[in-house]
Amino acid sequence: MNDTILISILMTIVGASTPILLAAIGELIVEKSGVLNLGIEGMMLIGAVTGFAVATTTGQPVLAILVAMLAAMAASFLFGYLTLTLTANQVATGLALTIFGIGLSSLMGESYVGKTTEVFGSWFPSGLAEHPQLRVIFGYSPIVYFSLIMTVAVSYFLRKTRAGLILRAVGESDISAHSIGYSVIGVRYAAVLFGGAMAGIAGCYYSLVLTPLWSEELTAGRGWIALALVVFSAWRPGRLLLGAYLFGAVMTLELHAKAAGFSYVAPEMLAAMPYLATIAVLALISLKKSGASAAPACLTKPFKPNA
Amino acid sequence: MLIELERRKQPSRTMLYLTPVIAVLSTMFAGAVIFTLIGHDGIGAVREIFITPLIDPYKWQDLGIKAAPLILIACGLAFGFRANVWNIGAEGQYVIGGLAGTGIALATWGMEGWWILPLMCLAGMVGGALYAAIPAFLKTRLQVNEILSSLMLTYVSIQLLYYLMRGPWKDPDGFNFPQTRLFTDSQILPEIIPGTIVHLGVPLALIIVLIAWIVLDKSVFGFQIRVVGAAPAAARYGGFSAKKTIWAAMLIGGGFAGLAGIFEAAGPFGQMVPQFPTGYGFTAIIVAFLGRLHPIGIILAGIILAVSYVGGEIAQTSLGLPNAAAGIFQAMMLFFLLATDILVRYRLKFSSTVTSGDAS
Repeated sequence: MNDTILISILMTIVGASTPILLAAIGELIVEKSGVLNLGIEGMMLIGAVTGFAVATTTGQPVLAILVAMLAAMAASFLFGYLTLTLTANQVATGLALTIFGIGLSSLMGESYVGKTTEVFGSWFPSGLAEHPQLRVIFGYSPIVYFSLIMTVAVSYFLRKTRAGLILRAVGESDISAHSIGYSVIGVRYAAVLFGGAMAGIAGCYYSLVLTPLWSEELTAGRGWIALALVVFSAWRPGRLLLGAYLFGAVMTLELHAKAAGFSYVAPEMLAAMPYLATIAVLALISLKKSGASAAPACLTKPFKPNA
Repeated sequence: MLIELERRKQPSRTMLYLTPVIAVLSTMFAGAVIFTLIGHDGIGAVREIFITPLIDPYKWQDLGIKAAPLILIACGLAFGFRANVWNIGAEGQYVIGGLAGTGIALATWGMEGWWILPLMCLAGMVGGALYAAIPAFLKTRLQVNEILSSLMLTYVSIQLLYYLMRGPWKDPDGFNFPQTRLFTDSQILPEIIPGTIVHLGVPLALIIVLIAWIVLDKSVFGFQIRVVGAAPAAARYGGFSAKKTIWAAMLIGGGFAGLAGIFEAAGPFGQMVPQFPTGYGFTAIIVAFLGRLHPIGIILAGIILAVSYVGGEIAQTSLGLPNAAAGIFQAMMLFFLLATDILVRYRLKFSSTVTSGDAS
């Protein structure tokens, strides 16, 4: 295969994988703390629209990402307040957050439809970033490298740090964690806010790097793919990284198959693959159940200290 | 002044019924504020979305055909939610139900007979129930979380729809548009009020929901559903099988959603199109909660959500609000309901700052 085509396909795969990796790494932490936030898609859209609005008005991509992060964190705080403080049902609250995010972002983004902004591109010198071959390593937006660093950091955090251990304890057995004196609600708030921050940056990646423009429902259901990815990875950061690039490759293939009129596999079959693979993994985990790789035991269970 | 929460000895029935009303009113108020802040006519938006559809008799037929599928799906989901079975893939079961019925319609295309329509409806119901059987099987046999599996299957079903529309089921005389043939007269739900768009599916949905109410409130099965959800340990002692309850809840939820799907396909759509999944399956979850998982409450909640849909369309043309604006109101209703839910189990206690000073 031609080098240039191969390199551009590889770069497309990285582009498709990065936002789902970011959103999923955030959700992984949320779920590890025993909370299921189905509002990823909504938080991503809120991040995407606020980031785009700031970028077009100020021309400052880093500021845009910070604002997007804060906006998505505000949305995740709303989720946290309802589910953690008021012990509302997590599934219903998360779904409401997604519906809310879709609506709010469309409304806020109305006046930005059709505008474009400068791509938030590579920070490496153009000799590297635009080099015909080396661009496959250096030619990405800083968000791409950030997503990889975050994956390593989260993996380290969960396995090697005391705080990571506490987070896992809260997700596996809230009552025991509470009885040895950890604040279950506090830990879960922190996790939910982290999930919001990551979803916000993930959303920004669509509006500032991939497209770079705003249109209604820009993230096109990728938040659900991110959710599937967390489950697919069996709640492990290493597998999450592999899964993100696998899903990214399948999504890229799906687009190429559609464009080329590829007739061996229906593009719809490829589009359904991440979801089918996730169900298969869920079933496989249970079949060889050792207990260690399954879902956090307290997932979706509310916790009330004085109950 | 400080507000404290004090646990009630018993959940308050008054609050149980009052909180949905508080949620709707708070939504109207907060919605007006938010829309004004973003730079729209906030009060106008609330008027167009919540009031206009109710006072304009021409819009009542729209309310009916939008409320019917929401109520039907929500009622099926309520069985599951009461038993702590979280089927959130009703959207997928709705799509598969629509597809199963469409399959019959395409197979009988050009034929005539009274039996075609009931067969389509049966296929829709069975299709939806079978699709819900997948998460039920995974849950009961492999302890796979039904929230995740039913949600994933929704996206699979939508891809299946796209595939069928683009390929095998495409109308051969349709200029290559990705949609099926128009259903024939024997395959379309008849209008029940001449000159309107209100089809037979609307009263049927209501009748089914009323039957469901009787079953849920008066039968042993309804009791079993409630006990398994409220007190799983007691249910085990009482000899109620948790697995059977999961199966029943999933099959009912899927069956109702599938039936709503074929009612839509053979009703307002009159064919199958890629735009078929309109999010009714997800909105129905809001309806089920707002209706307090009770069939009568669900009927009222379904009408309120239908009002927001129809009102959203009105506001789109009269105020130029984006289509998604209605979604903001729908989500806010659920937010406020979930937030005020705590009033059912807790009592607000007002205390002055002076006396609360000694509370360490």
